[in-house]
Amino acid sequence: MDVALAPETLARWQFGITTVYHFLFVPLTISLAALTAGLQTAWVRTEKEKYLKATKFWGKLFLINIAMGVVTGIVQEFQFGMNWSDYSRFVGDVFGAPLAFEALIAFFFESTFIGLWIFGWDKLPKRIHLACIWMVSIGTILSAYFILAANSWMQHPVGYRINEKKGRAELTDFWLVLTQNTALTQVFHTLSAAFLTGGAFMVGIAAFHLTRKKHIDVMKTSLRLGLVTVVIGGLLTAVSGDFLGKVMFKQQPMKMAAAEALWDGEAPAPFSVFAYGDVDAGHNKVAIEIPGLLSFLANDDFSSYVPGINDVNKAEQEKFGPGDYRPNIPVAYWGFRWMIGFGMTSFAIGLAGLWLTRKKFMLPQHLRVGDDEVPHLSLLPGKVLGPTLTKWYWRIAILTLGFPLIASSWGWIFTEMGRQPWVVYGIFQTRDAVSPGVSQGEILTSMIVFTSLYAILAVIEVKLLVKYVKAGPPEMTEADLNPPTKIGGDPQDADKPMAFSY
Amino acid sequence: MQLHDVWFVLIAVLWIGYFFLEGFDFGVGVLTKLLARDRAEKRVLINTIGPVWDGNEVWLLSAGGATFAAFPEWYATLFSGFYLPLLLILVCLIVRGVAFEYRVKRPEENWQRNWETAIFWTSLLPAFLWGVAFANITRGVKIDADFEYVGNLADLLNPYALLGGLVTLSLFTFHGTVFVGLKTVGDIRERARKLAVRVGLVAAVVALAFLSWTQADKGDSGSLAAAVVAVLALVAALGAAWKGREGWAFAFSGVTIVAAVAMLFLTLFPNVMPSSLNADWNLTVTNASSSPYTLKIMTWCAGIATPMVLLYQGWTYWVFRKRIGTQHLAEAAH
Repeated sequence: MDVALAPETLARWQFGITTVYHFLFVPLTISLAALTAGLQTAWVRTEKEKYLKATKFWGKLFLINIAMGVVTGIVQEFQFGMNWSDYSRFVGDVFGAPLAFEALIAFFFESTFIGLWIFGWDKLPKRIHLACIWMVSIGTILSAYFILAANSWMQHPVGYRINEKKGRAELTDFWLVLTQNTALTQVFHTLSAAFLTGGAFMVGIAAFHLTRKKHIDVMKTSLRLGLVTVVIGGLLTAVSGDFLGKVMFKQQPMKMAAAEALWDGEAPAPFSVFAYGDVDAGHNKVAIEIPGLLSFLANDDFSSYVPGINDVNKAEQEKFGPGDYRPNIPVAYWGFRWMIGFGMTSFAIGLAGLWLTRKKFMLPQHLRVGDDEVPHLSLLPGKVLGPTLTKWYWRIAILTLGFPLIASSWGWIFTEMGRQPWVVYGIFQTRDAVSPGVSQGEILTSMIVFTSLYAILAVIEVKLLVKYVKAGPPEMTEADLNPPTKIGGDPQDADKPMAFSY
Repeated sequence: MQLHDVWFVLIAVLWIGYFFLEGFDFGVGVLTKLLARDRAEKRVLINTIGPVWDGNEVWLLSAGGATFAAFPEWYATLFSGFYLPLLLILVCLIVRGVAFEYRVKRPEENWQRNWETAIFWTSLLPAFLWGVAFANITRGVKIDADFEYVGNLADLLNPYALLGGLVTLSLFTFHGTVFVGLKTVGDIRERARKLAVRVGLVAAVVALAFLSWTQADKGDSGSLAAAVVAVLALVAALGAAWKGREGWAFAFSGVTIVAAVAMLFLTLFPNVMPSSLNADWNLTVTNASSSPYTLKIMTWCAGIATPMVLLYQGWTYWVFRKRIGTQHLAEAAH
């Protein structure tokens, strides 16, 4: 059968498309849930209207986003069985458990409390209503934890034995699956990247309003919250990325060698800035490198040995038998770079923004602005940026809202494609994982259906987001400012219209 | 009773929970064309399930995830075998979720009307298809020695399965109608009560035919008991709906669904997916299940999580216990 349309190829494309698409919504959902909850907490504690307006504004964007995250997540739960039935049979005993935990604990949390939050403004006392969005936030984080523990097991299987008779992996230590360092570092890295994503989203949209001098009080607060989130999230993403890199150098040396296009092992090993190579011949034609840096990233010193692609390939051939154990090198190499590049660019933009818009007490008197004015951008003490530079900073800040999304997409493409040809590293190959009973036509059908449906929904979703971004925070009503005191709503309000209805 | 038997029961519980809960919200979706006279009434209907449909749907994800963990072979055979119907269900659930959330996000009539049409079809189709799927599971499908489904799409659309689809569709619509009677005020409540009797009669006829067929084909004394409970509860629900006892009508339509799904699982046990080709190729609770260690962990998780879910989801229904009518709809599109 033509390789390009072989069921394995199609199933991989489908998984890639549906998963990357799903993961556009995931980091935003995780971070916006927590940020919205934070803003609502500020409203409950201070009773300042701008916090309530911010809560409603970001909450609306969060809801438009989570709706897509939830429905595209349903596909994730079932496509293992649909397209990857032999994988499911082989790993179900181990891999199924964290998935079931995710559904039974995290999904129920998210989905139940999101309903309470959306419809609860006039049905729940303030603090209970606030608790609901925090429950949603906890649900999103738990969900990330369980699914990443499952994925980590594919990256680095632990706590199992192979049952030869049944031809499958069986769980022996669930605690180890949940707490192995691969899982913990992946969770750390993914969650901090999620906050980088949500922070950048906030910064971009707040910058958009501030350049037009609209909704200044709400957007200044949002900008600051966004910038702080970007900087902390970005810093932690870098730190956790370093941890995860070191773990991967030990657990999947092939992936990291591919990420660096390091064909042959070296001591000290250089970090590649640019490479263009010949995959068949197994060497680079062009390479710009920083000496010793890769050794440091792998082992914390500048001179240690790092094995290359050809070395690992040979070692795996000796261990697992003949075959090509190299992933797609250009994808791994460039995926790794796009991930770091886009992620760290938004971190840098956030860091610059935090300095440029620093608070009153760090600025001389004449540069301070009131609460209803757009902040000056001040680079050097006592000086503001010129109009052109100011305009460009805001433009770049708006642009950055998409950068972490690009970064995390490439991060997943890198880590999943970098693990190939394995689906579970070292024990199960992707080619053995597809559903033998599902025809080419069926997979092609579902791929076309999901891809076109997702494309249509993407257009609808983005248009809605733009509409609500442009509309800005809503005006507060009497009901917003006077939440009920009883669960289920106050009796005297029984005949009033609902605060929100579908 | 061994752990894989416990898990057979727990999987049944999750599916029963799913059909009980999403049953009425699928029904409400169908009623947007069957009961609502104008767009305001459609909105009332949609809002009766507004705060809860999403939580209801998680019962499906839990059933799916728990099947993956407790019976990997069942999960693999079922979802790769019933590929195209499942694809259609997934598409429906995707569009349906988005439809609820996005319909009100723009004021244009066309926009809202399109999403309303989507809600109707994406409620009706899964309500029908789940019945087709479960009838096929009960009846047995072409499964080979490797536990692979070797039949085709047409094999799944046999008369027995199609009748099963009609049963779930009509039962869910009935369940939804009595739910609407319980959750609304005004004119629509009265009409829901009248419609409930008519839909309930249709449901009673197809359900009786299907349950008798199942009993004659596969039944034992346990399944007979469940079938009798289902039928009696349906008659009681009809009577309560007739008399305007909305709470009782809903409780009994719920019991009908519980007992009918329980009956299918009772006829299934100890198989989980019988093969129509050779009884040796049946997937059973023993050959399809996970190792005892995994089942033990899963038992702890489900044993703690499920009662908690019932508690906080129950609380949600209490928070939103008030009936709604057209006068309660929020004015502007938010």
